[in-house]
Amino acid sequence: MATKSSRSAARLMMAPAVVLLLGWMLVPLTMTLWFSFRNYLPLRGGDLGWAGFDNYTRFVTSSAFWPSISATLIIVGSVLIITVCLGILLAILLDQPMWGQGIVRILVIAPFFVMPTVSALVWKNIFMDPVNGLFAHLWKLFGAEPVSWLSEASLPSIILIVSWQWLPFATLILLTAIQSLDSEQLEASEMDGAPHLKRFWFIVLPHLSRAITIVILIQTIFLLSVFAEIFVTTGGAFGTKTLTYLIFQRVLESQNVGLGSAGGVYAIILANIVAIFLMRIVGKNLDA
Amino acid sequence: MNKTIRALLGATAICTVATVGFAETLTIATVNNGDMVRMQGLTDDFTAKTGHEVEWVTLEENVLRQRVTTDITTKGGSFDIMTIGMYETPIWGKNGWLVPLDDMSAEYNADDILPAMKNGLSYDGTMFASPFYGESSMIMYRTDLMEAAGMEMPKDPTWEFVRKAAAAMTDRDNEINGICLRGKAGWGEGGAFITAMSNSFGARWFDMDWNAQFDTEQWANTLNFYKGMMDESGPNGYPTNGFNENLSLFNQGKCGMWIDATVAASFVTGDDSTVADKVGFALAPDTGLGKRSNWLWAWALAIPAGTQKEAAAKEFIEWATGTAYIELVAANEGWANVPPGARISLYENPDYQAVPFAQMTLDSILSADPTDSTVEPSPYVGIQFAAIPEFAGIATEVSQEFSAAYAGQQTVEEALAKAQAITNEAMEAAGYK
Repeated sequence: MATKSSRSAARLMMAPAVVLLLGWMLVPLTMTLWFSFRNYLPLRGGDLGWAGFDNYTRFVTSSAFWPSISATLIIVGSVLIITVCLGILLAILLDQPMWGQGIVRILVIAPFFVMPTVSALVWKNIFMDPVNGLFAHLWKLFGAEPVSWLSEASLPSIILIVSWQWLPFATLILLTAIQSLDSEQLEASEMDGAPHLKRFWFIVLPHLSRAITIVILIQTIFLLSVFAEIFVTTGGAFGTKTLTYLIFQRVLESQNVGLGSAGGVYAIILANIVAIFLMRIVGKNLDA
Repeated sequence: MNKTIRALLGATAICTVATVGFAETLTIATVNNGDMVRMQGLTDDFTAKTGHEVEWVTLEENVLRQRVTTDITTKGGSFDIMTIGMYETPIWGKNGWLVPLDDMSAEYNADDILPAMKNGLSYDGTMFASPFYGESSMIMYRTDLMEAAGMEMPKDPTWEFVRKAAAAMTDRDNEINGICLRGKAGWGEGGAFITAMSNSFGARWFDMDWNAQFDTEQWANTLNFYKGMMDESGPNGYPTNGFNENLSLFNQGKCGMWIDATVAASFVTGDDSTVADKVGFALAPDTGLGKRSNWLWAWALAIPAGTQKEAAAKEFIEWATGTAYIELVAANEGWANVPPGARISLYENPDYQAVPFAQMTLDSILSADPTDSTVEPSPYVGIQFAAIPEFAGIATEVSQEFSAAYAGQQTVEEALAKAQAITNEAMEAAGYK
C-alpha cells in the first residue's frame, strides 16, 4: 500500500513528463487559438492586429466550407465501411489453414508499410492514369473507353486509395481477435447444425465487436486528417477538398495564417464531436 | 629538404587550410525539371572551382512554391539559395526578404541578361533574383501529322486555326490527340495556361477597381472555347494534366500539338522523345485582338536575406547563371540543351542560332509584355498571373473550379460564377475594395 510520502515522490517524478506532454499539446493549441483571433498575413507584413471573430465567420461562410465538411465525412464513412467489412472477410479467410499462410499474411499487410505519398503516386500514375495506366489498358482490352478516374470519379478514387492503405490495419486487428475465438464454441454450434452464416452472425461477429470498435476509433482519428493522398492525386480539385485540405490551402496557399488557424479550431471541435459521438455509440463495447 | 621546398609546402598547407576554412555547404531548393536536374549533375564543376559543397532539395513545382514561401515568411532559414519565379521575386524583394543582386562581378555581366527577364526579376530597379532560364510559351507541333492532315502551320496562328488543325489531326483509334494542354488545378499549372489564353480572348482578372471579371463574355468565351476544343481533340484525363503529363504524352507521340513553355522544346527534340525529328514550332495563338496567349516566366535563383552564407551563395549564382555555365552545358550535352531565354549573348551565338527552336523562343519572349498583358487596361503586372500576394491562393481555388468544369462536374457558367465569388471575397478581405 502506497504511503503518503511515496505518492508524493511518485507525483514529483512524474511531473516532468506530465509538464512536457501538456506543453507539447498546449503550446501549439494556444498558438492556434491566438492566431485565429489575429489578422496574420505573412505576405502582407505579418501580424496586422486583432481580428476578433472575423476569421471564424469568414471560414464558415466561405463557399468551400460545407463542401469540405461533406467530402471529409464521405471519405471517413466510406473508408470505415469498406475496411471493416473487407477486413472481417479477409481476417476470416486468413484464419483458414492454407499453404503459404505466412507469405499471404505478409502480402495482405504490406500496403500498410507504404508511405501515403508513395501509394498515392503509384495509384495515380500506374493504375489510374487514363492513357498509360493499368486500368486504362484493361478497359481497352475489353473494348471499353478508359475512365479518367481522378477527375470523373474523384471521391471514389480517393476512397479506394485510402481504403487500400487502411485495410491491412483493420485486417490485422480483426485477425488477432478471430484467433482468440474459442474454437470449441464454434465446433459445438457446428455439431448442433448451425449454418455458416448463423455461426458468423451469432458467434463470430459479437466476438469481434470490441476489435471493430478499436478499428473504427483509431481509423476515424487518422482519416479525419487524410491529406497526402488528395494533395498528390487531385490537388483538392473535383470536390475532394476535405477540411484538412481547406485549412492547408488557407494557411499555405493563401498565406492567411489567421483564417487557417480559425479553420484549425473548427477542425479540433469537429474531431472532438466525432470522438464523443463514437465513444457514446460504439465505445460502450469497450466497457463490456 | 631545402628551405624553398619547405616554404612551398608550408604555403600549400596554409592555402589548403584557408580553402577548407572558407568552404561552405550551400543548401539550395530547386524545381525538379530537366534543366535544374542537369545543373545538379554539373555541380562538381562549381565545387572544384570554389571549394563550396552543395546540398540539393529538389521538389515538384507546386511543392517547391509552398515550401520556399513558408520558409521565407517564417524566416525558417532552411535554404541559402531558393529557386523562385517572376511572381515571387518583386513581392519578396519589396518586403526586404531577398538579398539584392546589384553587386555581382564584372564576369557575371548583368547587362547581358534579357531586359524582359531582368525587369521581371526586379523591384524598384534592383534585381533580386538571377534568371537560370527564361521562357515564354509557344506551339510545339508534329510536322508529319500536320502534313497528313493537309494543313500548314503559320508562324503566327489563330485559335480558330489551332482548333481546326487539332480536330483534323485527332485519330482516337491510334491514340493520337490533336492537342494537349494543361488542365490541372494549381495557379502555376492550369491556372497559368488559362490566364495567358484568356488575355488573347480579351479577358482579364480584374478591372481598374480590382473587381473580378469572371462574369464577362470574354471569360465565358475563353473557357467554352478551351473546353470545346479539348473535349473534341484533347487526351483522356486532360483536367488532371500539367506540364510533365503533357510532356510525357507528346514525347510518346500522342499529341498533335502542345502549347506550353518554350523551355520544353529541348525535351521534345531530345533523346527521350520518340518524335524528336518531327517537331515544328510556332507562336502561341491569338484571336486578332492584339494579344497572344503566351506568357513570360523565369526560374531564377535568389538568396534569402539573413543567410550566413551570402558570399558563397553569390558565387554559386554567378556560376549557375553566368555565360561560363552555358558553355559548360554546351560542351557536355550540346547547344540544344543549354538553359535558354536568359542571356542576350546566347541568341547572338551562331552555334545556338542553329538550334531549331532558338529563334521562336526569342520571338515568343520578346512578344510578351507583363506590364501590358490585357486588351483592356488592368491594374496588375504579369501575364499568366497578377503580381499581388493574394493571387496564388485565389488562382489555385479558381483553377480548381475550372478543372471541375473541364471534367464535367459542373458547367462553365457555374465555374465562372464560383470564380467570381471566390475572387471578389478574397479581394474584399485583403482590403482592395
